[in-house]
Amino acid sequence: MNNEQKPEPGIKLTEQQRRARRARSIAIAVSLGILVVLFYIVTLVKGPGVLN
Amino acid sequence: MSVSVARVEPSIAGVGDYIELMKPRVMSLVVFTAFVGLLIAPGHVHPVIGLTALLCIAVGAGAAGALNMWYDADIDARMARTAARPIPAGRLLPGEALAFGLTLAAFSVVVLGLLVNVVAALLLATTIAFYVLVYTMWLKRTTPQNIVIGGAAGALPPMIGWVAATGGVSIEPILLFLIIFFWTPPHFWALSLYRTEDYARAGVPMLPVVAGPQETRRQILLYTLFLAPLGTTPWLLGYAGPAYGIAAVLTGAIMIALAFRIRAERRGHVAAKQMFAFSILYLFLLFAMLLVDRMSAVLFGHFTT
Repeated sequence: MNNEQKPEPGIKLTEQQRRARRARSIAIAVSLGILVVLFYIVTLVKGPGVLN
Repeated sequence: MSVSVARVEPSIAGVGDYIELMKPRVMSLVVFTAFVGLLIAPGHVHPVIGLTALLCIAVGAGAAGALNMWYDADIDARMARTAARPIPAGRLLPGEALAFGLTLAAFSVVVLGLLVNVVAALLLATTIAFYVLVYTMWLKRTTPQNIVIGGAAGALPPMIGWVAATGGVSIEPILLFLIIFFWTPPHFWALSLYRTEDYARAGVPMLPVVAGPQETRRQILLYTLFLAPLGTTPWLLGYAGPAYGIAAVLTGAIMIALAFRIRAERRGHVAAKQMFAFSILYLFLLFAMLLVDRMSAVLFGHFTT
């Protein structure tokens, strides 16, 4: 049996690419969070009229 | 069967690059004019609904900016003023900008329609489509009238603000639209006078490239002579108070004086640079005075004197 480790397939990110991806992911999460909060607050403001 | 896939390097685009893609400086003027349109509209808008409308308009403007940068990346790469933008600088792939722009456009229009009103959403969608399809993809590369007709996209935000508040259109937002519409040509032609080589290198048929600087100076003067009286119409028609009227007359007179200086300028571009800078202040002051008038009317029950 061969115990030699094979390199994992796929793209290896550099440190810069990893940092950029993390920053983008956080920005997307924050944007989605703002959208959820916005819909929640507008629903409270409009009340049943939100469906009109 | 094997499928070959072109290998694309993982993106190094940061959040700042995406923000730059949305043209934040243009966005700030769009939001400001939309805010004025929203606030001077009759009736009461709940602050949350007003803020939601402004957020959607800002994101819609950002979408238009991103789609413009996606399509114009080849032009941007050849112009000194725009060569450092995220796509020509290689920090962001064109496909990323396209996906980002389309996503923002869809979200801004749908959210505005769901949370504010459908008419405002349709107007926002029209504005984005006009800026991207009519101005960016068609007019910009084909006619020196590009910024004249394309200016309609930049003139619509106060109307969107008004419609967000009222659900309809009346004469006041049309006047605001016309003021920005006729302000756009002298503003951009003043810039293009001292960026002529840039535009020529990029193959953009701006007026000074096609018709020469003298004709551009003449056109700047003609448009300014029409713009300055037009700027006073909200006051003349009774939609704004004397404070606005005085500001519109004084700043309009300065605009005309600068346009005459440009007309007389034979060497250098001092007057053109002054016109470009002052025209931003001119538009800002007109809209700021409308805001002051409205606040004064709300707080004291009359226009400022």
